[in-house]
Amino acid sequence: MVTEVKKWQWFYRLGSPRWFYEITGRWLPWLLCAASLLLASGLFWGLLVAPPDARQGNSFRIIYLHVPAAILALVGYYIMALAGAVGLIWRIKMSFMVMKSAAPIGAALTFIALFTGAVWGKPSWGTYWVWDARITSMLILLFLYLGVLALQRAFSSAEMAYRASAILALVGTINIPIIYKSVDWWHTLHQPATLKLTSASSIHIDMLQPLIVMICGFYVFYVVALCLFTRAEIIRREATSAWVRALVSNESSR
Amino acid sequence: MNIQFASFNEILAMGGHGLYVWVAVTVSVAVLAALLVVPWQSHTRALNQVRLRLERHAGGSAEEGVD
Repeated sequence: MVTEVKKWQWFYRLGSPRWFYEITGRWLPWLLCAASLLLASGLFWGLLVAPPDARQGNSFRIIYLHVPAAILALVGYYIMALAGAVGLIWRIKMSFMVMKSAAPIGAALTFIALFTGAVWGKPSWGTYWVWDARITSMLILLFLYLGVLALQRAFSSAEMAYRASAILALVGTINIPIIYKSVDWWHTLHQPATLKLTSASSIHIDMLQPLIVMICGFYVFYVVALCLFTRAEIIRREATSAWVRALVSNESSR
Repeated sequence: MNIQFASFNEILAMGGHGLYVWVAVTVSVAVLAALLVVPWQSHTRALNQVRLRLERHAGGSAEEGVD
């Protein structure tokens, strides 16, 4: 029985806003350092050291922002929907806070993917925008993120806002496999995936290495941004709790 | 590990694609920076509000008892 309780302790701790706030407070400086180092070295490597593409010249270097942003925009949607589902099923407030925080980050990353894609499209396709399956489904992803953001403000009760946006986030997951598969199902302007888990990637190793650094950098950055947004949400929601008041009065007395 | 470009001007030009590459980089970095600054500010604002409420409570109960 005792070991059974211990095994689940981490799960209950994870549901405690206070525990989340304290542990992320300790981790954030290190994570921020790691993210900055990875992103700075990845950008330097990708923009200046990697060889130019045989067909696209130097415009291909936009890949080092476009692909990591698009990957994290999709991963971020899974995180948001999963957090929403956990919140709905187990009624964990902490989980809803993470879901709410994932929405602005996801919207920003989707915007980066769409914007860099448009800028990249001009020199390589001759147009900023096409109503291609991949691009259109990414635009829908942006609207889903914005919808979750808007629903958060549409309710006077925080609990209702959490529930409604969690349901929207869950319904929207239908869009994710469509985005993944869009380049295979519809052959249009957007090139097929460069990185594949199951077979060899169609990119030269010298170009791939900085891309992997950038993807890792975006992952760590995502965690940093999610922690920052969630910590702000925790203070707003727990403003009247004893531990937040103690935290504030300790800070001002110091 | 050599840099592909001979001069700073070449880096800016990117073989004719400089405008596209640097606009994409600038906008992306600005958006990422905003993802750190915005929550940082709202965190500070939330803590300040708690502080204000605590001070008002401490002062208010002693003087007028409002709020």
